[in-house]
Amino acid sequence: MILNEGTFVRVRKHLLKQGERSEAVPEDTAQVPFKSWIKGRLLEEAELYESASIVTATGRVVKGTVKEVHPKYRHDYGNYVEEIQKMRETILSEVWGENNE
Amino acid sequence: MSEYNIQDLNDRKQEIIKKSVGLDYSAYEYDGIGFDYEKMMNTAGYDFDDVRNIQQSQMVGDTPLIELKNITRYARKFASKGYGARILLKDEASNLSGSFKARRAAMSIHKAKKLGYEGVIAATSGNYGAAVAALAAKHGLKCIIVQECFDSNNLAQPEILEKARACEAYGAEVIQLSVGPELFYTFLDLLDKTGYFNASLYSPYGVMGIETLGYEIATETKERFDKFPEVVICTNAGGGNLTGTARGILRAGAADTSIYGASVNLQGLHMASDNDFNRKSFTTGHTGFGIPFAVNPDRSDVPRSAARPMRYIDKYFTVNQGSVFFITEALAVLEGLERGPAGNTSLAAAFKLAQSMKEDEIIVVQESEYTGAGKHHQPQLSFAKKNNIDVTFGLPAKEVPGNNIVLPRSAKEISVEEIDLHRVRLSYLKRVADKALAEQDIDFLTQELNITREKLHQLIEEVHS
Repeated sequence: MILNEGTFVRVRKHLLKQGERSEAVPEDTAQVPFKSWIKGRLLEEAELYESASIVTATGRVVKGTVKEVHPKYRHDYGNYVEEIQKMRETILSEVWGENNE
Repeated sequence: MSEYNIQDLNDRKQEIIKKSVGLDYSAYEYDGIGFDYEKMMNTAGYDFDDVRNIQQSQMVGDTPLIELKNITRYARKFASKGYGARILLKDEASNLSGSFKARRAAMSIHKAKKLGYEGVIAATSGNYGAAVAALAAKHGLKCIIVQECFDSNNLAQPEILEKARACEAYGAEVIQLSVGPELFYTFLDLLDKTGYFNASLYSPYGVMGIETLGYEIATETKERFDKFPEVVICTNAGGGNLTGTARGILRAGAADTSIYGASVNLQGLHMASDNDFNRKSFTTGHTGFGIPFAVNPDRSDVPRSAARPMRYIDKYFTVNQGSVFFITEALAVLEGLERGPAGNTSLAAAFKLAQSMKEDEIIVVQESEYTGAGKHHQPQLSFAKKNNIDVTFGLPAKEVPGNNIVLPRSAKEISVEEIDLHRVRLSYLKRVADKALAEQDIDFLTQELNITREKLHQLIEEVHS
């Protein structure tokens, strides 16, 4: 997929490889690379999942792998949680009585 | 090719930090282990009235102090006759950007602007990011927020994703990182390359910004109830919240008010572990920050932290994750206040502690925070379940952080555990025990740990034995 210059994307880059991690990290963390994700506009035409440079909100130029076009906010209110409904019923009945509707 | 060289950044750390904070910390140092804390707080360029004026001009502070009548009534159901203190909440969610952190950010941004920096950087996955971003936006400063965000499966806490969104909504650049303390080097590297101001949470002006919170609590309680509160309880992580609040309370003349800290118990989870990162449901206000920062306040991003909770704390409690979720639900359905869970940590503790206080006594919960998608108990419990954390009902003591979340079956089961401050003081002293302590070191330690010289000598002996 070819992306035009100026397209708003999210890039990822590796900052430290496995062997370069700080000595202070526990074993599980030492076994994975240290990465970063930054958003901005493409400085040149690029391909999805290929390397490209972007300019960020503060005007910095950052090079990384294009991971996402028009990045979406994926967090939400989550799935229905039965335990919350139960807590709500408990609280209302403990304060206002059993027959609270 | 790596982005930066840890060794090189470590070598130049002092120089980079000095350039980025606009404060020469060497002016407060003296020989030995200590430094002049009060001098640092008093000569950072602002007095208390300056702080109030700066905050008031920026829509920060003067938040409502709300008497939680239904929560108080609920707590009294489980108290003996004549017991069950009034519970008050300082609704800090009403601040610009939705948390008390705006008080700190207002000061950092004012300082950055005054010193002529082009932009600011803060390393935070918490509310402080949104606060710095919002106030930077108001002052036309550029802003970069550095967040620890994703584990190696690219999974992020919904709460942290929401904070990234909020920062971006205020125009900031957000740099999201995978798990690990190397965040500090990314932060240093950015300070070095951009020349921006380090909007540290731990600067004297940042902590002075919270003094207004303690002051408002004490003076408003006095005005409305004709006495200072018996207890003010602070959610404790890095220690700045508690330190600033306590200093403000003392400034208002409420010397008899007890200062309690409360943190979510995350014992057993390693804060730098990729595997553990998403096995918790609280990203701040927990023991993973609370204890290490109490034991060693200077582990922060400035040479000397202004957040020194052991100087002020009278008692320190933990609560389990399930109790905080329960009280968050209760606050919404009983008081009409839908607020973020992390800010309600001290409310969960206050609910229990009020039951052993007399009914004419007052306990003030000193903060709340905004809520929204991600930053809410439903997405957080939903996320926990997806990560195979068992969500059950039962006694809070049954909760094993990282394995399960135990919600109380009744508010009667909400409980607290007290952290033995004696042990925290011993851990603090272990760091300095093998050093020869001069007279001024002894003075410094008695202030740091808020104990007499006699007590200090006993503790030092205990460390050596």
